[in-house]
Amino acid sequence: MSHVIEMLNIRKEFPGIVANDDITLQVEQGEIHAILGENGAGKSTLMSILFGLYHADRGQILIRGKEVHINSPNDANDLGIGMVHQHFQLVHNFTVTENIILGKEGSFFLDRKSASRKIKALSEKYGLNIDPDMMIENITVGMQQRVEILKMLYRDAEILIFDEPTAVLTPQEIDDLMGIMRNLVAEGKSVILITHKLNEIKAVADRCTIIRRGKFIGVVDVKTTSQAKMASMMVGRPVNFKVDKKPAQVGRVILDIHDLQVMNNKKMLGVKDFNLSVKAGEIVGIAGVDGNGQTELIEAITGLRPVESGTIILDGNDITNSPIRKRNEVGVGHIPEDRQKHGLVMGASLSDNVAIKEFYHAPFSKHGILNATYLEDYAEKVTTQFDVRSGEGISSQAGKLSGGNQQKLIVGREVVADPELLIAVQPTRGLDVGAIEYIHSQLVAHRDKGHAVLLVSFELDEIFNLSDRIAVMNSGELIDIVKTNETDEQAVGLMMAGVKHKEGAQ
Amino acid sequence: MKKVRTRELKSNAFLVAISAVLLGLIAGAILMASIGSNPFTGFWYLFRGGLMNIERVGNTLATSTTLMLVGLSVAFAFKTGLFNIGASGQMLVGGLCATLVAHHVILPRPLYLVVLILSALLGGALWGIIPGFLKAKFNVHEVVATIMMNWIAYWSIYYFVPAYLKGPSLETESASIAISQSLRAPWLTNLFKGSYMNLGFFVAIISVLVIKFILDKTTLGFELKAVGSNRFCAEYAGIKVNRNVVISMMIAGGLAGLAGLSFYTGYSRNMQIGVMPSQGFDGIAVALLGASNPLGVLFSSLFFGILQSGKGFMNAMTNVPPEIADTIIAVIIYFTATSVLFKRLWDGLFKRITQKRERELEEETQAEKSVEKEVK
Repeated sequence: MSHVIEMLNIRKEFPGIVANDDITLQVEQGEIHAILGENGAGKSTLMSILFGLYHADRGQILIRGKEVHINSPNDANDLGIGMVHQHFQLVHNFTVTENIILGKEGSFFLDRKSASRKIKALSEKYGLNIDPDMMIENITVGMQQRVEILKMLYRDAEILIFDEPTAVLTPQEIDDLMGIMRNLVAEGKSVILITHKLNEIKAVADRCTIIRRGKFIGVVDVKTTSQAKMASMMVGRPVNFKVDKKPAQVGRVILDIHDLQVMNNKKMLGVKDFNLSVKAGEIVGIAGVDGNGQTELIEAITGLRPVESGTIILDGNDITNSPIRKRNEVGVGHIPEDRQKHGLVMGASLSDNVAIKEFYHAPFSKHGILNATYLEDYAEKVTTQFDVRSGEGISSQAGKLSGGNQQKLIVGREVVADPELLIAVQPTRGLDVGAIEYIHSQLVAHRDKGHAVLLVSFELDEIFNLSDRIAVMNSGELIDIVKTNETDEQAVGLMMAGVKHKEGAQ
Repeated sequence: MKKVRTRELKSNAFLVAISAVLLGLIAGAILMASIGSNPFTGFWYLFRGGLMNIERVGNTLATSTTLMLVGLSVAFAFKTGLFNIGASGQMLVGGLCATLVAHHVILPRPLYLVVLILSALLGGALWGIIPGFLKAKFNVHEVVATIMMNWIAYWSIYYFVPAYLKGPSLETESASIAISQSLRAPWLTNLFKGSYMNLGFFVAIISVLVIKFILDKTTLGFELKAVGSNRFCAEYAGIKVNRNVVISMMIAGGLAGLAGLSFYTGYSRNMQIGVMPSQGFDGIAVALLGASNPLGVLFSSLFFGILQSGKGFMNAMTNVPPEIADTIIAVIIYFTATSVLFKRLWDGLFKRITQKRERELEEETQAEKSVEKEVK
């Protein structure tokens, strides 16, 4: 057995947090090796060390059995290590060829032709299907990623690292990428795949190294290990893929929307004649393809966007034109779609962020003076209860948390405020199984306390897992409302495309 | 094995400010040397000029007072995500209001001072509210609006002072305010041996403390900071963003108005027409060097005060032109503007020190171990 990469007993510490604690990674020649871990487990740190972006505090790196010191990405390139970053590093108004030879132009005179020929040959060899003369701005995201792959192959990389490569891809593009990875190893390259998506690992990887909270948990053979086993190794406990929930105990109407019309950013009707009611003790999921009026609808309910006509009643109060703070007080909680734009003040501390909706009233403040002790205790309570992990506790900056912990902070803030209506928009986007499971269970718990939950998600799985009823939206209109247990994904999928389902109507 | 944890070193705003100041002084030294002067004598007279006796210390403090209030105004607006470059205009209007009060209002001294201070505060606040309102209502950028307000104030005073406040001798400045109607206090003047030192200094110190309190401890400060760092999140959370923009500009304007008070009824006792007070722009430098922190502003205004009031003496005693002091200030601003670089520099340096210490410790323990082995 020959190891092409060995990272032995790697340790890396950041202020207040041990990102990598005695981690060992051994990748064999010609395999697809996955690194699995939750957000913030230390996967990216480990790869940044291998790529020369960080320096390990302790431990050794061996490439093909020889100890090496990698001080910069250039060193890594010289050793045949290439990385496809999550965010592509391409010049948009350059052609594919120009992007690939950037930094490796050779002599003073630019020989585009032979470079282009070499790229074409590589593209054919690995099935990348790229035209070297296209402009980057004119090709799809999936193709841009393949340009990044070509960039590494052009530099004779033998070891290719993919950092969360599927986050930006459509399902079809994901399948293509997996095929490319298989081609790469068939040609003798080695691939490291960083991800937290189990089905991708199962589909393509040979072996998998699992990291949890900066610690090495184990290496498993993917074929003989079940997804559930890998998930529990990653999270540290058994994981439920199905959400456990009792039948809904439906109470009075909490949210009542009548003939609502809302303009979108193009000054056209984004929401048309919309009627919907959500009762206490149920989760209503809004299914639909992104951009069919969900954003406008939610912004109208939460007060971020003015209403053209119609009414929104919350628990008997007409909030159609109320200011946002009034809606918060009446009982609207909102887990926003964009957590970095709307959800958090990135530069502020966790304790300030937790209090951002309620700081103005007692006991958070009195006569305009903040109660610092109460703010701290409250933040401590929310972060402990919702397991928000941070480097420096409640005084950490929100922007320094991992995505999953940022989301847990927002969910914590909204759930602890105990609103009558909790609106959750894409609450688990970009999160790992552990965090998804946790957030789902919190939404169900909120329902079971007798509150109403309105969920917007572009993932049908999530809609079906959580909702008691499903409202389907298409071009700003409500196509239908169906009970979850009386329909299936295919029927809802058809409705999402705008086809009305006669029998499903209540 | 013994484990000694080395202390985590981190850079901070103070260290960054000090680095910028030192580099600014070095740049000044190079300039002095390049025009053939001895930098050491130059600096000696520059700082002597600001600090050599009690009278000069008083003048330095009086210069710093105005800078401190303008710096505070700019820093406060910065915290709310606004760039107030209209401090000059707000100073002029605040100063004009105070001058009017000084000429026309006769009251017992304590009550009179309250009225005088309030008039400047309100004048400046009015000049701040207008751009704040334009920004909130019509999304007019505050930089454009405040520059316009500067010129409106400038030309209004150009006509107003000769028409209503003309002095007996000169057409271009207002009549002097009686000492008893100004911010000068006999006990302070005596204490500082007849310098320009005046009660404005205490107004400035109190303002620093009040602003620090507002920013750190109150719900108003909480709202303003939230709007300043992420207005989308603030709006989402139910904070009225536009209202906060107006309030912030109002307070910033009020502070600059107080700077006008300290300058026109304390440092000098009249208003000249056709002069845009340069302190309004120097205040931006004060706020930058002070990292927009009220206490930072306090110290940076004192430092700039020394440079401002010492440069004349330096020029008199050596052949170094006073513009060198301005150049030093400019260079310091450049270095503060690139404070991220300093932060990285210091953090990198500290990291290397920490790593080196750890490595030495490790080597030591290993050496001890091998010694032990040999002994065995």
